[in-house]
Amino acid sequence: MAEKKSRGKGSGNSEFKTILKQLSYNKLAMLGAIIFVLELLLVLLAPVISPYNYEEMDTTAIRQTSSAEHLFGTDDLGRDILSRVLYAGRYSITMGIFSTLLAAALGMVIGSIAGYFGGWVDNVIMRFLDIIQSLPGLLLSIVLSAVLGPGYINTILALSVNGIPGQARLLRAEMLKVRGNEYIEASQSINCTKLRVIASHMIPNSISPMIVQATMGVANMIIMASSLSFIGLGVQPPAPEWGAMLSYSREFIRSSPHMAIFPGLAIALTVLSLNLMGDGLRDALDPKLRR
Amino acid sequence: MTPVIEAKALKKYFPTPRGMLHAVDDVSLTIQKGETLGVVGESGCGKSTLGRTIIHLLDKTDGQIFLHGEDISDVKGRALRQVRERMQIIFQDPYSSIDPRKTVEFTIREPLKVSKKYTREQINELTENLMELVGIDMRLRGAYPHELDGGLRQRVGIARALALNPDFIVCDEPVSALDVSVQAQVLNLLKKLQQSRGLAYMFVTHDLSVVRHISDHICVMYLGQVVEQCPSKELFRSPLHPYTRALLSAIPSVDIHRTGEPEILEGEITSPINPKPGCRFAARCKYATEACHAPQVQEEVSPGHFVRCCRVNEI
Amino acid sequence: MAELEKNAGHFLEVKDLTVEYFTKEKVVHAVNSVSFSLEKGKTLGLVGETGAGKTSIAKSILRILPDVGARIVGGEVLLDGVDLIALPEKEMRGIRGNKISMIFQDPMTALNPVQRVGDQIAEVIALHNEGKKDEFKRRAQEMLELVGIPRERYSEYPHQFSGGMKQRVIIAIALACNPALLLADEPTTALDVTIQAQVLRLIGQLRDKLGTSMILITHDMGVVATYCDNVAVVYAGGIVESGTREQIFDHPSHPYTVGLFGAIPNMNEDEEWLHPIDGLPPDPSNLPKGCAFRPRCKYATERCGEGPIEMAETPDGHQCRCCNLEAVIKGEKAK
Repeated sequence: MAEKKSRGKGSGNSEFKTILKQLSYNKLAMLGAIIFVLELLLVLLAPVISPYNYEEMDTTAIRQTSSAEHLFGTDDLGRDILSRVLYAGRYSITMGIFSTLLAAALGMVIGSIAGYFGGWVDNVIMRFLDIIQSLPGLLLSIVLSAVLGPGYINTILALSVNGIPGQARLLRAEMLKVRGNEYIEASQSINCTKLRVIASHMIPNSISPMIVQATMGVANMIIMASSLSFIGLGVQPPAPEWGAMLSYSREFIRSSPHMAIFPGLAIALTVLSLNLMGDGLRDALDPKLRR
Repeated sequence: MTPVIEAKALKKYFPTPRGMLHAVDDVSLTIQKGETLGVVGESGCGKSTLGRTIIHLLDKTDGQIFLHGEDISDVKGRALRQVRERMQIIFQDPYSSIDPRKTVEFTIREPLKVSKKYTREQINELTENLMELVGIDMRLRGAYPHELDGGLRQRVGIARALALNPDFIVCDEPVSALDVSVQAQVLNLLKKLQQSRGLAYMFVTHDLSVVRHISDHICVMYLGQVVEQCPSKELFRSPLHPYTRALLSAIPSVDIHRTGEPEILEGEITSPINPKPGCRFAARCKYATEACHAPQVQEEVSPGHFVRCCRVNEI
Repeated sequence: MAELEKNAGHFLEVKDLTVEYFTKEKVVHAVNSVSFSLEKGKTLGLVGETGAGKTSIAKSILRILPDVGARIVGGEVLLDGVDLIALPEKEMRGIRGNKISMIFQDPMTALNPVQRVGDQIAEVIALHNEGKKDEFKRRAQEMLELVGIPRERYSEYPHQFSGGMKQRVIIAIALACNPALLLADEPTTALDVTIQAQVLRLIGQLRDKLGTSMILITHDMGVVATYCDNVAVVYAGGIVESGTREQIFDHPSHPYTVGLFGAIPNMNEDEEWLHPIDGLPPDPSNLPKGCAFRPRCKYATERCGEGPIEMAETPDGHQCRCCNLEAVIKGEKAK
């Protein structure tokens, strides 16, 4: 096996390329990635491609089903659902991504401190996380959201607090495993600083479960954001948000099911694509499974 | 001549829920330039802990350590970093001792980079020299550890240890995870490097045929204590401590015409947690008497041959 | 094996056993038409390096290769004349642990940590015998004593035992049903030398007492020299040399066997340098044509790469799979 081709220099950039290449072998993961990228493009281009303004009401066309003019139909105020779904995606998807990134970043700091130092530091941090996790996740976000007030940024903050303990725990557990390896001892023997040991050896070797969790976490955050909107917290109308649209349409579920179906589909598709990607990433991140 | 490494009455205890674990208990040794001290013993006898304590990967409990005659027992901070550069370690398991997510080149460059002594060009040149020295093809610079076999991985570990040009290397069972044919390659490499660079080795192993091949002096450890210490040839010619004898006779020999039944020890190694003051081997020793339960001292029975056994003259 | 084959009625005979592991991309040729036989009460040592296919041979005798990804492509395993490969799974279950049992390498993971050690022995006995619970327990206690563990420790859990004692419990489990054949896969590799000596002596004593035949798999030439009657050297999934212990150790004839002996540090002589075998074992998914050792062999000729190499008889009468036998024997004598 020693004869295998070399893979260029091991800089961060080529590591990223390797992961992408590995991901490309996994057909389902690629499908997930393509769906997600397409969706991202669509929502980002919403101002360009959406046929109507999302706030524009057309009182002549109320609760219409799909037609050539209104591809996804209209809602009870005569607003174009396609346009609203596209604009809503901007809020939903970005909230999902940013709240997950925030949770992951904070979780990484907390988790690596606990995992590297261990002992009483670990104990204090873990007990604190226990307290946060003893509250049901959604309830915590509801409380925080209520305290901070509704709005885009506040909702992201409220959601991310929820994700921190899980991410921190995941990283800590992996780091405890990695810490026992001799290459950590070796890096100490060649005088690596604590920061270097953590950043260069321990985190890269323990981060993959976190990345996978984060990918799937985005989907989870989108659902949570939807739930918050569903009960009237989170992003406020008339700004559209998938969960809010869903919640709003429940009155008309019998007479005009299309009002619920399209935002619902958007959520389902996003969650599915991210989960497929997460599964593929797990394999791609493991150098032993590489081809 | 001043020895490269000298340890005096070195102790390393670990606290455990059941009491103090005496991993290294009152060990003294010296290693000269260009020489190898073999440390043999069974699992849990403290041989790996001894090596790690000497190179300051673990903090000692008590005792003194000298590097080229200079007391380095309590160095901290900058001084510790300087001392570490002169003492390196090669690990047992080539599968866990190099970072699986780093390329061969990264691993070998890292010590040079961390030391902040060299320019980029110098690091490139030194890395190439190191790879050539340990016999890793330049084509493999971008390879990941899982693409290499055990022998090559161990060469990466050796190159990393050599990068800062140390005087002393602890080899912690460097060949026990390798197959015999590869083991021979690595042993030859270590010996070649020792000759060309005048390295002092502390070679920790449980394999007596390997230790006999590579060592100038040997110390035999049992439960944290050195029970016998002497030149390599003398140990195999005339082992004196009952434990050394049992150990030597227990090795299955490839010589099928060797006569004599192996001497089988009864019982298991006792716990190193809160050991009793007497001889720690007494429970398994067929020569044990009352006197063995008193603390034992290390005696020089002949020049350069130390034994920790009160009945050595009678046996 | 030609000589042994004439002598019909061997207790165990393996003929042309071939095992493959396969993934989507490649086929790994783990065992390549391996044949050997074993007489009752004798011990055969299978020696070879990591990945040579020794464990796969043992696992296919017991038919415990993984269901997915491995298959026995061909060959026969005759135990008292019955082909085990052809046997239905249900009958095979009656043979495993009863007529044939296996000792695995790692004593730390082979025992169930939450079951009392005594019960683990009794369970195997109950599986293959009719009778009362008390009787199984009594038999299990006898087995414990047989392997040198006081019967009072019947109710203890594995974590209360040391490594050597756990391996003895595993031996007790393996021998509980008085098997006719014991497959020992590196039984002492995880143990210290003094404990290894204890365990190997115990296995040897029980083997003689119960008349068990044994296949001892190891990479340690010293263990083979001390505990085996016959030896087969395995390289890249095939047997390259086989014979009695004396034949192999006194007159190693295959270049690989010769190289293996040269690479071991000698306990009786001083030598400055060891003699490693150059190169690496071949990739089992891409074996060279002809002799698998050819790329590393200093005696290799054109003929070695031309096709399957047949077993040849050496001057002292053992089997060696090498087509340049005379050159090798001459070359080694000259040294």
